[in-house]
Amino acid sequence: MQSSVGANGASSVAGASEALGSESLSPLQLAWRSFRRRKLGLFGAGIVILLFVVAVGGANVTPYDPNEMAGDRSLAPPSLAHPMGTDRFGRDQLSRLMVGTQISMIVSFSAVLLSLAIGLPLGLLAGYYGGWIDSVLMRIEDVVFAFPTLLLALMMVATLGASLFNLVIAIAIIFQASAARIVRASVMSVKEKEFVEAARASGARDVTIITRFILPNVMSPLIVWATFHLSLAIFIEAGLSFIGMGTQPPTPSWGLMLNESRTFMEFAPWLTIFPGLTIVVAVLGFNLIGDALRDALDPRLSER
Amino acid sequence: MKTSPNNERTGEKPVLRVRDLRTHFFTGQGVVKAVDGVDLEIHQGETLGIVGESGSGKSVTALSVMRLIASPPGQIVSGSIELGGEDLLILDAAAMRHIRGRRISMIFQDPLASLNPVLRIGFQVGEIFRHHLGFDRGRAASEAVRMLKAMDIPSPEMRARAYPHQLSGGMRQRAMIAMALSCKPELLIADEPTTALDVTVQVQVLNLMKQACREQGTAMLLITHDMGVVAHMCDRVAVMYAGRIVEYTDVTTLFEQPAHPYTAGLLQSLPRLGGNARRLTPIEGQPPLLTRLPPGCAYAPRCPRATELCRTVSPEPTPLRADHQVRCHFPLVATSKAA
Repeated sequence: MQSSVGANGASSVAGASEALGSESLSPLQLAWRSFRRRKLGLFGAGIVILLFVVAVGGANVTPYDPNEMAGDRSLAPPSLAHPMGTDRFGRDQLSRLMVGTQISMIVSFSAVLLSLAIGLPLGLLAGYYGGWIDSVLMRIEDVVFAFPTLLLALMMVATLGASLFNLVIAIAIIFQASAARIVRASVMSVKEKEFVEAARASGARDVTIITRFILPNVMSPLIVWATFHLSLAIFIEAGLSFIGMGTQPPTPSWGLMLNESRTFMEFAPWLTIFPGLTIVVAVLGFNLIGDALRDALDPRLSER
Repeated sequence: MKTSPNNERTGEKPVLRVRDLRTHFFTGQGVVKAVDGVDLEIHQGETLGIVGESGSGKSVTALSVMRLIASPPGQIVSGSIELGGEDLLILDAAAMRHIRGRRISMIFQDPLASLNPVLRIGFQVGEIFRHHLGFDRGRAASEAVRMLKAMDIPSPEMRARAYPHQLSGGMRQRAMIAMALSCKPELLIADEPTTALDVTVQVQVLNLMKQACREQGTAMLLITHDMGVVAHMCDRVAVMYAGRIVEYTDVTTLFEQPAHPYTAGLLQSLPRLGGNARRLTPIEGQPPLLTRLPPGCAYAPRCPRATELCRTVSPEPTPLRADHQVRCHFPLVATSKAA
């Protein structure tokens, strides 16, 4: 879009020329410049990009068919042929983890997007109009907040029936409450700003004020929220699959693989270590991005 | 414009006529009578100043004219506000939106806070053209640059692509003025437009406003607490105290023959360059709480000339002469003549 401008700013090194170069950088470009300087954030971004690549393309290039059983190589330790070993049916663990990545990404992204689709408008309404709309919406959300996240997800999946689709629905319903709340809080502070009053004084409609003035100023906390909740969704998916309420076999899923490995933990530890490690790394990746984004998008910190 | 620019004030229809405006806020501590019976008239091309301390009702008067009083807790309880003869208080929300920004526009105190931090200046100025005049994106963008240029902003094409935080305070306020004047409004309301600016920039911005308004025949309602700004800008002045206009006259009379003790007090508390070196005389005491106004004149507790009458009976606006009204039982001008 404005890549030429961005490249301009990037080439300037000294502080003085930087100030000139930033003349027409957009807030997003400024945030990116700040993000780029955060090594842990870049590391997290690297992990997430890797997960993406595996999720999108990995299922086609797995070394083996993830569901192909072979009794003669059951519970094989890591080797050149099977870098992460095989499970009790002789299925290649690396291939299964790669396909599992796809499942985790699909679940976490669709759950977070769905929760945003519900929570963002609710939060905007509640925060902007306040009054009884706010009270009614927030009391409903309070019900969601009254339960521990994992327990509520478990309850809903148990009621709806254990499937990938229901898992996404359950996570989205839980997440939309906190999305709505974070949006509402930001809206309430932004709408008191003078530029909203000025917009109203220039004859802007509510729709214009919400979309042009409030929404863009609410995006920063929301992006950070989304990043952290992507990792939380991965965590919930793994947790529920572990206890059999999420992804159903034979679909490979990190949590499910972890569960299946329990029986052989003592003599085939690779079956526990690799899925566990994958979950940790994936969650870590998103959290590192979230941390860096939170700092990069904070206008008070971004100058540094 | 309906009237020719050189018209005499008499007999001509005012751009804005405010009659007995009362804006009250209903709070837990009681009713705050922020504006309590204000009458104003502004004619085409004229600048009316409203001066007063913080909390005297200046800004609430302006926001009432824009119908931007947050309700609840605020409410315009009585009065009329006529723009070119049309009562704004009976308009519905949609009709009022067409008036704001197009026929009446407003400039706020802090230009950085009044600009959307995430949008480019040019886009924000152009938005007014798109919203009110239905211009397409391209035309709005070029009109925005033209407006910025008209406001003496150097290299307007580049500034149009900048974000608010990348401009200086003076340039931001110029951009705000550009937005406010882009639809050639009949009335411009400026709420302390230069308070947040450097002194050197203040004069430039004031002159720009004055010149632009004169060219377009736009009337101005200027809210300030700065007597210097009043002297520089205004044709007529309304002095507000505790939600009421206590003195209403032309700017020369105000400075030379203030009739209300409060106006005189304000002028005495100003430092003067070139005059005799003297101690400043502050006005003793504090403005009254608007929830607990005294029964008589609101200024009586601080007024050195107050009598029993002042403390019990609230004075009505009395004309001293054709263009000079004062709300005082014992105006200064009358006594100075007697002495």
